[in-house]
Amino acid sequence: MSTVTPDTVSTETAYVTAGRAGRRRRDRSVDPIPWWQWVIGIAVAVYFILPTVFVIPMSFGTASSFQFPPKELSLDLYVNFFTNPKWIGSLGNSLLVAVLASLLATTVGTAAALGLHQLTGRLSRFVRTILMVSMVTPAIVVAVAVYISFLQWRLVGSIGGYVLAHAAIGVPFVLVSVTSALGGFDPKLLRASASLGASPWRTFLRVTLPLISRGVLTGAVFAFVTSLDEVVIALFLRSPLFQTLPVQMYNAVTVEVDPTIAAASSLVVVTVTLLLLVPLLVRRPKKRR
Amino acid sequence: MTTTPVTDAPATSTRQGTQIRLERVTKDYGLANPAVDDITLTIDPGEFMTLLGPSGSGKTTTLNLIAGFESLSAGTISLNGADVGKLPPHKRDLGMLFQNYALFPHMTVAQNVAYPLRERRMPRDVIARKVQEVLELVQLPDRDDNYPNQLSGGQQQRVALARAIVFDPKALLLDEPLGALDRNLRGALQAEIRRIHREVGSTFVFVTHDQEEAMNLSDRIALFNTGRIEQVGSPEELYRKPETLFTARFLGDSNVFELGGGVSGSSVGWEGSTWAVDPSTVSTHPGVLSDAALVVRPEDLGIVASAAKAPAGSNTVSAVVTDVEYMGSYRTAMLALGPSGVKGRARLDAFDSTLSIGDEVVAFWRPERQRLVAA
Repeated sequence: MSTVTPDTVSTETAYVTAGRAGRRRRDRSVDPIPWWQWVIGIAVAVYFILPTVFVIPMSFGTASSFQFPPKELSLDLYVNFFTNPKWIGSLGNSLLVAVLASLLATTVGTAAALGLHQLTGRLSRFVRTILMVSMVTPAIVVAVAVYISFLQWRLVGSIGGYVLAHAAIGVPFVLVSVTSALGGFDPKLLRASASLGASPWRTFLRVTLPLISRGVLTGAVFAFVTSLDEVVIALFLRSPLFQTLPVQMYNAVTVEVDPTIAAASSLVVVTVTLLLLVPLLVRRPKKRR
Repeated sequence: MTTTPVTDAPATSTRQGTQIRLERVTKDYGLANPAVDDITLTIDPGEFMTLLGPSGSGKTTTLNLIAGFESLSAGTISLNGADVGKLPPHKRDLGMLFQNYALFPHMTVAQNVAYPLRERRMPRDVIARKVQEVLELVQLPDRDDNYPNQLSGGQQQRVALARAIVFDPKALLLDEPLGALDRNLRGALQAEIRRIHREVGSTFVFVTHDQEEAMNLSDRIALFNTGRIEQVGSPEELYRKPETLFTARFLGDSNVFELGGGVSGSSVGWEGSTWAVDPSTVSTHPGVLSDAALVVRPEDLGIVASAAKAPAGSNTVSAVVTDVEYMGSYRTAMLALGPSGVKGRARLDAFDSTLSIGDEVVAFWRPERQRLVAA
């Protein structure tokens, strides 16, 4: 049996077709980009990228000195990086801190974004600003403040200290990316889920989190990368027993004159670049018939 | 628009509907007037009850109070006698349909419909069977693997409907579910909702500001006005026997004569005319004794050339034709009624082309077809 008249069916199909065509169409500007804009664009890109790229050929030089271009190619610096306990140990420390700090920052930042999304008005704006302060405060000011308070709480040189401090500077990134993901989130879905028998926690797991996962993931990557290359606070918190990779790199230049830093830098550049590409590559799979 | 040839077999549902009782329910946001002001309403098991009213009249707030999305300021809400006023929405076991469908965009049709069943930890095979059954009920099979954005608005609302009834909720709450659809689809889905109400047999509470939709679907209508219920009754009662001027004006068109005083005795006067009053046409609303209005529907108003030609025993008023609208199946004469030229309208036969603009005529109606309401 059918209650749908033929004309209703055709209306509905027409809708779908129109919708799909609409999504596919992309507007393009009529004129090609003029050549001088290409030149300026490329110049700016080179200016930004070149210094980082320099370090990669250098990392394939020999263990004797910094040279560009390297006279002969070798993997000595990489061998040294992965065998010298000072280097590989600090890399391990950095990764551990970055993982824990980004987990903490992601949890806190996501919770804050969700909470602030519900609030409106002055209170919400105020709390948001407070949470973002560490983004604009000079790193050295944050570092000194962290150092003084952590001295009292006996957190200097401990992994807990690093994690707490790095999580704090990672929270704003998560807050921003999750907040923008929530912009496209329909709050009616929460009511729908509740009416269907799901508790608020189940609703978060099955509806909210999947729909804002891009934002959460982006925030987590940024928090991770921020922790991984953070040097100012790490310099204050370092101890002979525990130091992170950026601190070891700083030492390599200022104290030890160790060319292994070229290998370390290359590794960091490549790792961070790959990580930042992750949110771009992750797409929700869409089945199409 | 189609009506469904529903089988004459008894409703497939075996479960009884749920009685919903609101007792002295108030929702106060601390503004000048409470959004919902001391409402008492009993919705019978299996009934299709529509909460109708203009925007801001409290109908949606009332629905949200039943659903548990808003907390009560005062009063009680009970389902089959059990107080649910303090229960969070996910424990009330009420299905809900939203205007914007509120389908989960990251789930397929089948996953959306299975959602309430999975939350109730039903076995996989039972879920699969129920999902197929309900998708057939809403006439949307073979769309299981589509995502909501691949469906049209009408199809999405069918999925939402399937999802809201698949777990046999105590009642279905519908919050202007057809508001976002175009006219044709709206008609088709109205028929669909009526059919599903008959087949499922559970209590439906429907919110709308569209009086035609309300008349079309409901067993009873509760008409809301500024946080209070103006009148509750069947569509016919509300249309034929409005108690107040608000009800008369909200449902359908009316010719309104404001009497400026109460009704007493067997006649009323208006601007020099004297009209007979049939006692059965007087509202029971107490306001009618102090300030009343006489209301006549356009289809009850006849037009003749002079008072002498009006049928004996009818009430009459002088009128000037200001416009005639041809509507296809009928004509509407726009009128200026009485000495002060109150705007009115009469429904004429489609072939009656004798009237033209500026004609001075007499409008008449039978006293038992008028209604005296509280102004």
